[in-house]
Amino acid sequence: MNLNMLLLIAGMAAVTYIPRVLPLTILEGKELPPFVQSFLSNIPYAVLGALIFPGILLIKEGDIWFGLVGAFAAFALALAGANVMIVVIGSIIVLSGYLAIF
Amino acid sequence: MQQIAADSVQSEFRRGIQAGMSIAVGYVPVALTFGLLAKTTGLSLWETILMSMLVFAGAAQYISLSLIASGIGIGVIIFNTFIVNIRHFLMSASLNEKMESDSMGIKALYAFGITDETFSVIATRNGKSSASFAFGVMLIAYGSWVVNTGAGHLIGASLPDFLQAAMSIALYAMFVGLLMPSLKKSAKVFYLALVAGSINSSLLLSGTMGTGWAIIVSTIISAAAVEAVISIRRKAGLQ
Repeated sequence: MNLNMLLLIAGMAAVTYIPRVLPLTILEGKELPPFVQSFLSNIPYAVLGALIFPGILLIKEGDIWFGLVGAFAAFALALAGANVMIVVIGSIIVLSGYLAIF
Repeated sequence: MQQIAADSVQSEFRRGIQAGMSIAVGYVPVALTFGLLAKTTGLSLWETILMSMLVFAGAAQYISLSLIASGIGIGVIIFNTFIVNIRHFLMSASLNEKMESDSMGIKALYAFGITDETFSVIATRNGKSSASFAFGVMLIAYGSWVVNTGAGHLIGASLPDFLQAAMSIALYAMFVGLLMPSLKKSAKVFYLALVAGSINSSLLLSGTMGTGWAIIVSTIISAAAVEAVISIRRKAGLQ
């Protein structure tokens, strides 16, 4: 194995681990102000919004319809109350169908 | 008593594995392609697997490949990795509110497994989350990432074109599936996702910032602004 590559991987591993581990360990057992607590418990839903948009619409370069159809399938299945795995597999099947037709 | 505790640890771990299954599926096309690209970039099989084992961060690993290919120095690549992954800082802080109290050692261990996907699954669970549940989610996601990275390098190909394209929806569909149950119950969740999604879209599509920063900025603004509006309304006696 190339030494330079090993150094690179070790460096990438270190700088990726630091932001993952610091808050969880430093904040353990600390009572934060109520506004900060609420702010932090809002993060998951805000992050999900940002992870979904605009990414879901851009999954196939140059074909916005592909993303729209996929997004529609995912939202429709989720709205209907399907569990996460069904939403995932159902969306894949719908897009396979889309590709077979177009 | 001990027996009961051991049972609940086991079933929490199993529930974690189940909840992480959709991540494992979603990682397949991404990891296979990463393995393939790593091979064409000139990484050996073991270098590729080692990177996935130690870094476990899809976006940063992809970007590192294009930087390696362009011959940039490793200092720059490492710095860039740090920038792309700073968003985990926010997720780790949020997860700290969500998780049951645990020893530093256990928290330091599962902190390694935080990705956009594992965080989303663990943080949207009802009530507090246990370390056993987190380990379950992360282990199945990690296994899929590492194994499929190696497979992509070994086979030297990704999935058939149509399946690869169709499966690119998987992680997004999972995010939608995770968001929806809370969104149906709470207008606040709807606004949090809407505001962050809109800001993220305008930042990315206008080319103002790259993916890593755009997610951080849009998440912070949305989480703070929605909370501020709620507390102002509460003070004004509207709610």
